[in-house]
Amino acid sequence: MIVNEQMKVVSHERIAANIFELVLQGTLVNEIKAPGQFVHVKTGTGIDPLLRRPISIAAHNHDSQTMTLIYRAEGKGTKLLSSVNIGESVDILGPLGNGFTVEDGAGRTALLVGGGIGVPPLYGLSERLIEHGWTVKHILGFQDVTASFYADHFKELGETFVATVDGSMGTRGFVTDVIQYEELQFDEYYSCGPTPMLKALQNKLEAKKGHISLEERMGCGIGACFACVCHKQDDPLGTSYVKICSDGPVFPAGVVQL
Amino acid sequence: MTRLHVELPGLSLKNPIMPASGCFGFGREYSQFYDLSELGAIMIKATTDKARFGNPTPRVAETNGGMLNAIGLQNPGLKGVLENELPWLSQFDVPIIANVAGAQMEDYVEVAKEISKASNVKALELNISCPNVKTGGIAFGTIPEVAQELTKRVKHVSDVPLYVKLSPNVSDIVEMAKAVEAGGADGLTMINTLLGMRLDMKTGKPVLANKTGGLSGPAIKPVAIRMIYEVSQAVELPIIGMGGIQSAEDVIEYFYAGASAVAVGTANFTDPFVCQRIINKLPELLDELGADHISELTGRSWGKNESKTIYSS
Repeated sequence: MIVNEQMKVVSHERIAANIFELVLQGTLVNEIKAPGQFVHVKTGTGIDPLLRRPISIAAHNHDSQTMTLIYRAEGKGTKLLSSVNIGESVDILGPLGNGFTVEDGAGRTALLVGGGIGVPPLYGLSERLIEHGWTVKHILGFQDVTASFYADHFKELGETFVATVDGSMGTRGFVTDVIQYEELQFDEYYSCGPTPMLKALQNKLEAKKGHISLEERMGCGIGACFACVCHKQDDPLGTSYVKICSDGPVFPAGVVQL
Repeated sequence: MTRLHVELPGLSLKNPIMPASGCFGFGREYSQFYDLSELGAIMIKATTDKARFGNPTPRVAETNGGMLNAIGLQNPGLKGVLENELPWLSQFDVPIIANVAGAQMEDYVEVAKEISKASNVKALELNISCPNVKTGGIAFGTIPEVAQELTKRVKHVSDVPLYVKLSPNVSDIVEMAKAVEAGGADGLTMINTLLGMRLDMKTGKPVLANKTGGLSGPAIKPVAIRMIYEVSQAVELPIIGMGGIQSAEDVIEYFYAGASAVAVGTANFTDPFVCQRIINKLPELLDELGADHISELTGRSWGKNESKTIYSS
């Protein structure tokens, strides 16, 4: 069920250049079904900014009723959010969307590929995959070392490679370069990040079963406003579509026209 | 009859609050938040003769106190609405106002004729003011003679009363209102969005793929209030007011301006419970204002004669 709750700020830290980790507590956490779901965050109290901000859930814990959001403070809304203090509350609508479906993976290997602010939901996903018997490998792509985060957290879960555009950390280049250099073996891949990265990945790994999480500007976040609509592949008439917010944000690779 | 009950042509509203067209889809998404029967009415998303995909993305851009949208009338088409959406909505005890759009007069006439036969459609809203489609749309809403002719032709085929949605993108809104009144409209809904644009700080280019879009949200409320104030004094038609309503206080201001009911649009995107919240708050606000019935407030800004207000009983 989607609920609207004033959630309590348990911790709030800057973990990289303009990247913040926000831990919130509340009963909304009970409703989280799968890694890859997101919440719609009211970043101010008045009408400016007017719209909520969609932020993916990086991890959650039903026992402590906490969830972790990792976001980049870039625009007006997220900058405002970054000034919220411990003990204060944040207006959250969620959980929204459908997350990653995690099947039993004994003896199988999953490759998780994240780019920039697409990295966070993969953390909760990786934990869940391990619970289901998968071996996990990660490739994390960042602009540069100052923008990197959570690499150590991922290393605790499984083999982890980092790519930075300027080479200041890990491999110089993109996540797709790492796949090439390391000749990584895996059964299925899971990815979240900027659309050009997802597109390159989908093309490169065409033979593999993949699951990708998309992002798009959103209005309502619940499927009513038709702001985040994408064309489907193999649709000659161009009339079929998916809504990223409510049909996604996670789709099987190859379904959505990127 | 409660103090919020309002009677308008074709519409028996248990309260004068309804979601605005385009901001509520066909109700499905919002039905997970509250019982849609609590609403006064529902203005469903614009319906065109054929299914439309709409414009490329980005389709929305936030602005100070508002948002621009250029969805482009995406909808499943007349057939889809008649077969799937309206039957689904019939489980709720709520009148439906069907928003009708098209690229040429024949499209409007065809859609109006068919959709007005649906049992739960109690009124039509003629969308002559969508700024986001290349043909039709805005032209019908900016030339009085064309608006009058279209109103006349749609009214002729409709089985239910016809409300015409006015565009604020005109130099003389009163002239437009008078034209559609002469064309036989039963009521007005106003205002649609204001044509606007936002440019990206880094690229210098428009944020919206469609370049321009319709501005909605609290930023446009003063424009709507002014236009309703003017139009309500110049025509006899009841007005359903809309534009930036966020609270019960905003609703009262619309009534003061001259509205007989209101629609809530963009606020649904931020707070999916907003219509329910406003409905629940209104009685308390009427107490504070010393009003027995909400209709007493219609046109208070210009001293509307009380005998002209529409009482429920």
